[in-house]
Amino acid sequence: MQPASGGAPAVTGAGDGGAGGWIGRPFRRVDGHAKVTGETRFADDLALPRQAFLKLVRSTVPHGRIRSIDTARAAALPGVLGFLTGRDLPTPFGILPVSQDEHALALEVVRHVGDPVAAVAATSEDAAQAAALAVEVDYEPLPTIATVEEAIATPEPQLHPYADRGNLHKVLSMEFGDVEAGFAAAERIFEDLFFYDGNTHLPLEQHATVAAPEDGGRLTVWSSTQTPHYLHRALTKVLGLPAARIRVVASPNGGGFGGKSDPFGHEIVCAAMALRLGRPVKISLTREEVFACHRGRHPVAMRLRTGVRSDGTLTAQTLQTALDGGAYGSYGVASTYYTGALQTVTYRLPSYRFESVRAFTNKPACGPKRGHGTPQPRFAWEVQLDKIAVELGLDPAELRRRNLEQPGAVTANWLKLGTVGLGRCIDAVVRGSDFQRRWGRLPPGRGLGLACGSYLCGAGLPIYWNHMPQSGVTLHADRGGGVAVFCGAAEIGQGSDSVLAAVVADLLGLELADLRLCVADTAFTPVDLGSYSSRVTLMMGHAAREAAERLRSRIAEAVAQQLGVPAERLTFAERRVFDAADLARGLGWEEAVIATEARFGTLSSSGSYTPPRSPGRYRGAGVGPSPTYSYSAAVVEVEVDRETGVWQPLHVWIAHDIGRAINPALVMGQVEGSVYMGLGEAMMEESAFRRLPRSRSRALVHKFPSLLEYKSPTCAEMPPVTTYLIEEPDPAGPFGAKEVGQGPLLPIPPACANAIFDAVGVRVDQVPIHPHLVLKGLEAAAKGQPARVGPTRFPEVDFGFTLKVPTPWQGGDGKASNDAEFERATGRRAERGTMAEREQALRAGSVEALTTKLEGTRGD
Amino acid sequence: MRTATLRVNGEPRTVAFPAHHTLLEVLREELGLPGTKHGCELGECGTCTVLVDGRPVLSCLVLAAEVEGQAIATVEGLASGGDLHPLQACFADLGAAQCGYCTPGILMAARALLAENAAPTRDEIRAALAGNLCRCTGYWKILEAVEGAAALLRGEAWRPRPETLFGASVEPSEADE
Repeated sequence: MQPASGGAPAVTGAGDGGAGGWIGRPFRRVDGHAKVTGETRFADDLALPRQAFLKLVRSTVPHGRIRSIDTARAAALPGVLGFLTGRDLPTPFGILPVSQDEHALALEVVRHVGDPVAAVAATSEDAAQAAALAVEVDYEPLPTIATVEEAIATPEPQLHPYADRGNLHKVLSMEFGDVEAGFAAAERIFEDLFFYDGNTHLPLEQHATVAAPEDGGRLTVWSSTQTPHYLHRALTKVLGLPAARIRVVASPNGGGFGGKSDPFGHEIVCAAMALRLGRPVKISLTREEVFACHRGRHPVAMRLRTGVRSDGTLTAQTLQTALDGGAYGSYGVASTYYTGALQTVTYRLPSYRFESVRAFTNKPACGPKRGHGTPQPRFAWEVQLDKIAVELGLDPAELRRRNLEQPGAVTANWLKLGTVGLGRCIDAVVRGSDFQRRWGRLPPGRGLGLACGSYLCGAGLPIYWNHMPQSGVTLHADRGGGVAVFCGAAEIGQGSDSVLAAVVADLLGLELADLRLCVADTAFTPVDLGSYSSRVTLMMGHAAREAAERLRSRIAEAVAQQLGVPAERLTFAERRVFDAADLARGLGWEEAVIATEARFGTLSSSGSYTPPRSPGRYRGAGVGPSPTYSYSAAVVEVEVDRETGVWQPLHVWIAHDIGRAINPALVMGQVEGSVYMGLGEAMMEESAFRRLPRSRSRALVHKFPSLLEYKSPTCAEMPPVTTYLIEEPDPAGPFGAKEVGQGPLLPIPPACANAIFDAVGVRVDQVPIHPHLVLKGLEAAAKGQPARVGPTRFPEVDFGFTLKVPTPWQGGDGKASNDAEFERATGRRAERGTMAEREQALRAGSVEALTTKLEGTRGD
Repeated sequence: MRTATLRVNGEPRTVAFPAHHTLLEVLREELGLPGTKHGCELGECGTCTVLVDGRPVLSCLVLAAEVEGQAIATVEGLASGGDLHPLQACFADLGAAQCGYCTPGILMAARALLAENAAPTRDEIRAALAGNLCRCTGYWKILEAVEGAAALLRGEAWRPRPETLFGASVEPSEADE
């Protein structure tokens, strides 16, 4: 830890990474000083000379055709500089190449309350606001869809013509292995319905963007985005400018959690308005607008059917999920696959069938929130396992241990695992909570629940097909002894800057203060795809390591010659380069750099990382692969008031398989933050919508578009957390590190549900677990009825043709066995874009083919 | 427009601003002090907390014109010269600031608490900070950082517990044997 003047004393760390000693040490994060002094400049803290202010006019109806937009009255107001409407920016965009269904401003149709319709710029924010209120929009109302069931029943009018069927955006069915035989081999079959309601990220920072036009038709855009590279691509597409004319800088994000991963209309409009006016323009969203942007957790209905032998061995599983996607695609195709993809990575499933549908509804689009599509099925799976354990008379921990996946295994759906620390995670929380002795034996109203989870360490594939690295780092060593570090990764609070600095300083033997970081700037840094899918520590870490090792070997070559010492004997530590066999013999870092620059010229290096290929080759195999997976286990202890149904978590024990903690203090923060967010979802967080009365159009409106009414836990609700970091270095990660930003959320909601069952015998098969649901279960039990509360039906939907994929243990090759039938039945390609096709496109030198033709096959 | 002399972090500043503008807006937009953040502008999140005559106040709910002549303290005035206030140092070292967006408001609320109560219990800290939302940390590092700063301000030796920085030991303790 860096000494803090007047502050906390240093704690000796376990720095056993490179010679620099930074890996494994809980040092103060490199942006820590700026964050506690108020010096960090978030997007809305930027102010440029002559800056104009932008406000959006947003739809007041949930579905309608725009009859007219009248700006006359607004234009007459003081300070108004200009307007934009959909016709000014007609090119569609969207985060996934397969769903380019958004417009920066609605072209003809609005699809949810809050959809941007027009934009006005003025000399002050007040003037822009007054003008936005004065814009008159006339809508012809269209029928609205509120739920998956309504989407099934309302194929017309379509929200988007590219939907798989009617208003069903995505419909899929796939089977891995012989599920029927698996169920036939089962001694017991468990089938349950679950529902996990939608919720939102609620970052404290409201999205903001500043755009400034520059000479030569160029433009710089600063924005609170987790994905500056993808925003850069969207701006290039919609503005019709060459990518090289646009520079995107991701400001430090005041919280993201997935909510700033899409390119947004307001970012594009801000850039367009700056070009139109020839002066800087800023937009800062209100909290209500942040709710309208959303892209949060999908509400998901689930039907889960699992076969087991009486000893608890799993034989087969069928999972059906139905996602309420909201009005746009967003990441939805990926989200849909993610509700099934990671079901196989914790416990061995010999056969598995997954079917899913994502519906378009007239609500703000759902997208990726921490855990992206996986907390919902994880809730279902871990609650059902608890039921299986109780029914079979097994200890819930033992049931899980018996079915643990093996390190390096390839799962039924062709995911290649890395190390699997789940067994050690289970052991740690079981011991910590005294689970074996206390589960089932606590006094009435008190209970313990166990659950596990797993998450990606970076999506194996980029969002658009390409052959390039997914993360890059460039270093420049200057003769004054400083090192400039360039990387496209976006700091969203997770600590990516600190990981970047630690890896470089560790390998070069420098102090953190010797480094200057330039990050998330599309003009100056090599691309990193962004802060999503828990990819940054692993991918950026590898890239930083490669860049630092290359710089080090170059310096070692020059120093070796100067000192007459073999290069391989040189050590980089304590700002020196010295002979490991004769510590006095060496050069100071500055001298070493000078010697190297004198010999080789200006001193810089680059490193990059591309994930390994995954073995799956079937349509849909693009979602789920990762270089490795993290694992978590949690036990939650709850207290339930039988009179009111009110329940509280009293203590959480969580163990996380981190591989290797690069900075344990930051890892602890990610674990505790994930636990907190998981508790919020389990207890109270929900994106609730309501219909206005028929007299007022039956419009669908957000019930709680405010920080007060959207309930989230405060420090008063947060129970103590005991965290165990399980370190089992994974060769797939830099220094053995895995992810931590998302995985530890996953076990929390099911552990809460399982604990409530242990406390009062009530099964609540839905999230959030509102007190009235617990009470309903208690009342049912009092009447001698089953104490189970949750959904009683699953949307009736035809999942269509089933793609059949033989498992590795059936001798499969990663492809589907019925491709031809699939293509005949659906008219779609069965196999995802192959490496061979990508090679071919590369050889043909066709950038167009790489980024356009093949992108359409990704994960789809 | 209204002209007023505001005393911010001990420095008198005469500024002109629309009469309906809040203290938050005037701090950020007229006084060049964007360290104070906004999360809702409706008094719901606590992010914009500043001190007015030592009391924590939501600057989004106070008109700048109302606080003329009163002592206004923001996060920019918390450090002394180059030395971080113990609250700041403990927040930075424990990871009580992740994205850092709620941090200025929480630091100011905590500062008001410690000025009144040099040795607050954990429940007293929770009560003082229950109006400040944080989405990153899960709050525990914040509570521990405030306790650490309180100890340091009392002149006591304080260092973070190893399990705060490294996690709990997975080895069975002697008590388990």
